[in-house]
Amino acid sequence: MHELSIAENIIEIVKQNAAVVNASRVNCVKIRIGELAGVVPDSLDFCYSAIIAGTELEGSRLEIEKTDIVIHCPACGVDSKVEDLFFICPECGGSDTKMISGDELWIVGIDFDE
Amino acid sequence: MPIVRIERKVLQKNDDIAALNRVLLRKKRVFAINLVSSPGSGKTSLLEKTIAELKGKMNLAVIEGDVQTDLDAQRIARLNVPVVQIVTNGACHLEAKLVQDALVKIDLADIDLLIIENVGNLVCPAAYDLGEAMKVVVASTTEGDDKPLKYPAMFRNASVLIINKMDLVPYLNCRVDLLKENAMRINPGLLVFETSCSTGSGIREWSQWLLTNIG
Ligand SMILES: Nc1nc2c(ncn2[C@@H]2O[C@H](COP(=O)(O)OP(=O)(O)OP(=O)(O)O)[C@@H](O)[C@H]2O)c(=O)[nH]1
Ligand SMILES: [Mg+2]
Ligand SMILES: [Zn+2]
Repeated sequence: MHELSIAENIIEIVKQNAAVVNASRVNCVKIRIGELAGVVPDSLDFCYSAIIAGTELEGSRLEIEKTDIVIHCPACGVDSKVEDLFFICPECGGSDTKMISGDELWIVGIDFDE
Repeated sequence: MPIVRIERKVLQKNDDIAALNRVLLRKKRVFAINLVSSPGSGKTSLLEKTIAELKGKMNLAVIEGDVQTDLDAQRIARLNVPVVQIVTNGACHLEAKLVQDALVKIDLADIDLLIIENVGNLVCPAAYDLGEAMKVVVASTTEGDDKPLKYPAMFRNASVLIINKMDLVPYLNCRVDLLKENAMRINPGLLVFETSCSTGSGIREWSQWLLTNIG
């Protein structure tokens, strides 16, 4: 259950940014989670709501956007979406592929509502 | 007010400390392995066997991560290898900061290989870089052949897969070839060893690989 630790990291970053722009209220935090990030969105949402209760962030929510796993194949130059966890290039069968997205765990932005 | 765009990694703070750990380890010429698996796959047993095999050929140190107790560290200390215990007090994974604090307690100048035994867990440790040179994942035959598909992040991030408890294969319906196939479809570059800490099979091959590829 590292979603708790991840929620704490998110809250810390949100508070830092709120202080910078002098925001009095946070409406929504946009998060991007890759399919291979090893984070369960529902669990993260639950942890976030639990920790913000009674704090200045109470009432804010997470908006979670999920991203697919995409690989780049240096052999043929093609980028493809990974289906059923097959990381082998579907174009040429190349196995030396690089993951170019799918393991993101990002804060995309914050909606400070006035 | 419009949405303020940030585009920042949630775990940036952890990654920054991991980068410092990596610089320090490289400077001291220490090769660090982040050893991960489900609870009870045999990480500590494998460490014990590997230490016995490498004794006198390479200087090892161990960091033990556990949720509670220092039982694993006691097992390593009996082998006269420098060991630092990290008790996470509930946390299901090690973080770079905990490793940074542990590194201070080891005389790195004398060490060739540092093995960090992570908390037994195939999910959470995948997200936390510790500053290691590589992740080694242990999967034991008793867990079944589908684990790579259920915990793909860990198998994708690892460089080496050790299939342990090979001695138990005759009693199980785990298909080792399928386990390997499932792991390689996620990570085609994965290097695979098959070991048994009970019979000692495969330990020499794995230790030999460490000797030739590190230092
Ligand atoms: N039969 C058999 N048993 C093994 C083997 N390797 C480990 N074991 C047993 O499996 C159990 C767990 O082994 P550990 O080495 O403590 O596993 P671990 O991964 O360090 O466990 P945690 O640190 O608690 O996650 C012990 O009872 C070991 O004796 C093996 O190759 N064959
Ligand atoms: Mg152990
Ligand atoms: Zn290709």
